[in-house]
Amino acid sequence: MLKVENLHASVGDKEILKGINLEVKAGEVHAIMGPNGSGKSTLASVLAGNEKFTVTAGKVEFEGENLLEYNIEERSRKGIFLGFQYPVEIPGVTMANFMKLAVNEQRKAKGLEPLTAAEYLKLMREKSAIVELDAKLTQRAVNEGFSGGEKKKNEIFQMAMLNPKLAILDETDSGLDIDALRIVATGVTRLKTPENATVVITHYQRLLDYIVPDYVHVLYKGRIIYTGDKSLALKLEKEGYDWLINDYKEE
Amino acid sequence: MEKSTKDIIQEFETKEYEYGFVSDIETDTIARGLSEDVVRLISEKKGEPEWMLERRLKAYRHWLTLEHPKWAHLDIPEIDFQDIIYYAAPKQKPKLNSMDEVDPELKRTFDKLGIPLEEQMALAGVAVDAVMDSVSVKTTFRDTLAEKGIIFCSISEAIKEYPELIKKYLGSVVPYTDNFYAALNAAVFSDGSFCYIPKGVRCPMELSTYFRINAEGTGQFERTLIVADEGAYVSYLEGCTAPRRDENQLHAAVVEIVVEKDADVKYSTVQNWYPGDKEGKGGIYNFVTKRGICREGGHLSWTQVETGSAITWKYPSCVLQGDNSSGEFYSVAMTNNYQQADTGTKMIHIGKNTRSRIVSKGISAGRSQNAYRGLVRVAKGADNARNYSQCDSLLIGDKCGAHTFPVVDCFNPTAVLEHEATTSKISEDQLFYCNQRGLSTEDAVGLIVNGYAREVLAKLPMEFAVEAQKLLSLSLEGSVG
Repeated sequence: MLKVENLHASVGDKEILKGINLEVKAGEVHAIMGPNGSGKSTLASVLAGNEKFTVTAGKVEFEGENLLEYNIEERSRKGIFLGFQYPVEIPGVTMANFMKLAVNEQRKAKGLEPLTAAEYLKLMREKSAIVELDAKLTQRAVNEGFSGGEKKKNEIFQMAMLNPKLAILDETDSGLDIDALRIVATGVTRLKTPENATVVITHYQRLLDYIVPDYVHVLYKGRIIYTGDKSLALKLEKEGYDWLINDYKEE
Repeated sequence: MEKSTKDIIQEFETKEYEYGFVSDIETDTIARGLSEDVVRLISEKKGEPEWMLERRLKAYRHWLTLEHPKWAHLDIPEIDFQDIIYYAAPKQKPKLNSMDEVDPELKRTFDKLGIPLEEQMALAGVAVDAVMDSVSVKTTFRDTLAEKGIIFCSISEAIKEYPELIKKYLGSVVPYTDNFYAALNAAVFSDGSFCYIPKGVRCPMELSTYFRINAEGTGQFERTLIVADEGAYVSYLEGCTAPRRDENQLHAAVVEIVVEKDADVKYSTVQNWYPGDKEGKGGIYNFVTKRGICREGGHLSWTQVETGSAITWKYPSCVLQGDNSSGEFYSVAMTNNYQQADTGTKMIHIGKNTRSRIVSKGISAGRSQNAYRGLVRVAKGADNARNYSQCDSLLIGDKCGAHTFPVVDCFNPTAVLEHEATTSKISEDQLFYCNQRGLSTEDAVGLIVNGYAREVLAKLPMEFAVEAQKLLSLSLEGSVG
């Protein structure tokens, strides 16, 4: 589904991604871990098409197409979803309204008619149940005055609404208490199908108790330096990153 | 027997002349320039009584003593008042046979605004069923209004038909001595609307659709007078979301509203005059004086959405003269490219327990300049006056300007005045967020701007609010990316 080869990206003069290789197949869950500042969020942003970053070398293929040719919204309509670490507020625009526009844009890209009001409401009720999102929140302005937990639930709610092929979740677990973490993680798991794939970026192993990854990658200084299975996360939790990154520190 | 199409179209064509203009082609415009003779000529052509001419002349003589105001935060090119034609009968627009003949650009805009096809036809001047419909709609409206004793006609007609009301109220809220453009307007006003709601009558409809269809042919110096007698209610809507081009560059309208005891008037405007091109060439100069006076317990609410004109100079105000009266001002002013706007309100508290509320939302894009100017004045006797002002600015891009000039004059210690102000930008992060969910940047900006203006848009009559939302998005085209 997603094939990243030797991806380099920079912001201004500063190179942040220095040759990422990553392949994600349908039905898989990948976790990306790594110390602060290693480029995890940048990778998520670059895959989503954020123009703040310039891709200087490498290839990204999504479902056989050159993803780098498309802008942010086109990538979204092709089925790429980014769960934000810091979801922004949009005052005065209700969540329900925002999602309605988004859902219908996605439908338009697939050549489908926009949903009727009744169909939309039904969809919204169904999907908000997955993350136990208070129905009242959909009537409030996008992320405005949402608690940290509500914001993150809201991201997963949007993911459920848009039903992406590839979801990239950028530290969806940060700032969550145990209950919210369980709800968010269970939500993600329930949305998993053999046709879609998930990339979770996280600092903590605890999220991976709920979302069981097929692969765990360690990103350091803009490169994936190690790939393992679920047990790698447990080892990292116990031993930290030092044993892995010592070889690279001199660079 | 049913009238044939031809008859009805003919009737409509002659109706335009009934607007109070002369039909003799040779005399339908007068020479450029302004003088006492020109004022006399205008009055004569409109067949006005002597007292009206006297009023015009008095205003003209006063205007001669005035200088063009300089205090606004506007860069106004010098206007040659002798190079303006002060009287022109509305030109017969060439009638088109079908919607296919309408300028595709105009058609595109109509579609984007979601204006119903029949209205599109009327606005574009297509001579088909739509015109017949609008004629019949007008007649129905007139009957309903007449039943309630409501007068709604052109100001020219009112001067002849209702001289007592005009003598009593015209110029009573905005006297010709008020300001430069009020004096000019009082001297040369072309036409406008008069509306009178009798005691205790609730106007059964929003005077909107009617006005929109009638909006063609309003002049350069428009004069509007609305009188709501004791306990009456009316919701009045001026303007049109459809883009309006006009040969006249200078527009100086005056709107006066009299809100008698316990009456309630809601006045909504959508202004979308031609703003000039992307380089700032052309465009309308819009210098408007709008003011209402509220007697005891009266309530006046102004709502405006300003997206057009090269220069806007406009301060819809409330004089809260009577005890327990209240005034509101809700405004969205959007400027793009090289547009300039200096707009706001004045709330003058004179009576006791008077309340006012100001919500102003400025949006600047391109290289435009957008200023809020407001005055809250609490007179000595205005015990327990209350004002809440909120004045927000939104910037799009880094070449535009937002300015606020709020003034408070308080002469009574019991007053409670609140002022809140914010300035914000549409952030890259907001756009990225929207894009990531599949929205184009243009849609995202439209969405964010509409969210920002929501509180004001919610005050507009329903169907107009929907169009105004689209208008905001449309006026921003090309301002990002």
